Amino acid sequence: MVAALEQAFSQSDFVVTGEVGPPKGTDVGELIEHIDLLKDKVDGLNVTDNQSSVMRISSLAVCRLIKDRGGEPILQLTCRDRNRMALQSELLAAAIQGIHNVLCLTGDYTSVGDHPQCKPVFDLDSVQLLQTVGLMNQGKDLAGNEMQGATDLFPGAVVTPEADPIEPQMLKFEKKVAAGARFFQTQAVYDLDNFKRFMEQARKHDVKIMAGLVLLVSAGMARYMNKNVPGIFVPDALIKEMAAAEKGKAVSVGIQVMGRMIRQLRDEKVCDGVHIMAIGKEDRVPDILKAAE
Amino acid sequence: MIVAERKSIDQIDAMIEGFEKILVVGCGTCVAVCMAGGEKEGELLSAELRMKAKLASKQRVVDEITITRQCDKEYLDELSKHAEGYDAILSMACGAGVQLLAERYDEKIVLPALNTLFIGVAEGAGVWTQRCMACHDCVLDQTGGVCPMTICPKNLLNGPCGGTNGGKCEVDSEKDCAWTLIYQKLKKLGRLDYLRKIQPPKDYSLMTKPGRHTHAAFKETQAEE
Repeated sequence: MVAALEQAFSQSDFVVTGEVGPPKGTDVGELIEHIDLLKDKVDGLNVTDNQSSVMRISSLAVCRLIKDRGGEPILQLTCRDRNRMALQSELLAAAIQGIHNVLCLTGDYTSVGDHPQCKPVFDLDSVQLLQTVGLMNQGKDLAGNEMQGATDLFPGAVVTPEADPIEPQMLKFEKKVAAGARFFQTQAVYDLDNFKRFMEQARKHDVKIMAGLVLLVSAGMARYMNKNVPGIFVPDALIKEMAAAEKGKAVSVGIQVMGRMIRQLRDEKVCDGVHIMAIGKEDRVPDILKAAE
Repeated sequence: MIVAERKSIDQIDAMIEGFEKILVVGCGTCVAVCMAGGEKEGELLSAELRMKAKLASKQRVVDEITITRQCDKEYLDELSKHAEGYDAILSMACGAGVQLLAERYDEKIVLPALNTLFIGVAEGAGVWTQRCMACHDCVLDQTGGVCPMTICPKNLLNGPCGGTNGGKCEVDSEKDCAWTLIYQKLKKLGRLDYLRKIQPPKDYSLMTKPGRHTHAAFKETQAEE
């Protein structure tokens, strides 16, 4: 069976994915609201995997929730918490539940999260995880054993167009392509000229590229990310635009900014789609999509 | 070499609580070089422990001796004539030395005075950095002499993660990103082609603990016997 996301890439020039973050605890009320709000408005919904190394509901369980509610889940799978046995059994578990899309990630280091004392795993890296997906799709596990039934997973990966330095990042990007990544969601981009330069390189490969977009909610957030988040660069002009927002209107300005970026990326055919990260403002994603029309 | 640091005086003092005669045994190799457990540090620790006992009006005799290496039975034998009559031996060796000392003098209470940190190098005056994880399968030929298993906290074998920032690491912005170092070195050497090859997963079965190694020459001798 072809994943709905894979189908979207072949049928549409511009694919849109969103993202939900599983909560810490069993109260999934707000999560379900967000899923129901977004599932029919996007081509796929990422589910983060203990994001920022903070312990939460497993990505796979929330993917199943999305699937049961008629959405198209994208399983984020990091190498931080599972060795190669656990990663493979997670991939099999996803496959038998009809969860086809898997975004293969290294994962943040444990020390940045809420259980800094825990043992970091990193048995495989993201490139090796992509290779593992490829093997399992052919009916074999990483040790070369034949499996009873192959997976039918659609593997994706991430890349940071603003990485400093960029050369080793691009070498790794090429390895991810060689390891079988079919689609990429990028780290958040704000400088579309830089992004276009990245796309000139990325376009040499037969993979789908989605620009990652994080909703700006204030000028302070933009400055904070510039200072503290690796691989994110918000240009001065955008920070000024956010700072000029009337009191209480900064989020609306951020929505307009993102809408404008999506329009440009789509109308100029810069890339194959966008991945919208609204981080805590998932309820505003419909407004973003409206602003992008 | 093995890099270690001494435990706090309060921790050591608590460890020897109830013992009156203590022998502090320094180790003259790695931990002497990193100024944690050599002759000087042994003398200093003994003096501190005597002082602490005096201030607390406790009975305590502390003597010290330093041997060449505690990780070698040959040198441990020298201790036999000194170790008699002590309630406890406080070893200032790395964890390996403490264990061999405890094994050799198995009727004695042997306690560790150091915390063992890593296999590393002297980077500058009083500064040591970790350089090797003893992974049993060295890849330094392909990484320009920079170890991704050690310098990268995530031991990534195929390039940098998304957390790399201006050549620094997401885990500690004071530390260099291993993959930036590897990239720069291979570029300088004209060997960037190494970075294009996908490295397979590490074979962790080689690292099954506890390690045991017999030199090839001795294997032959043993086989003959």
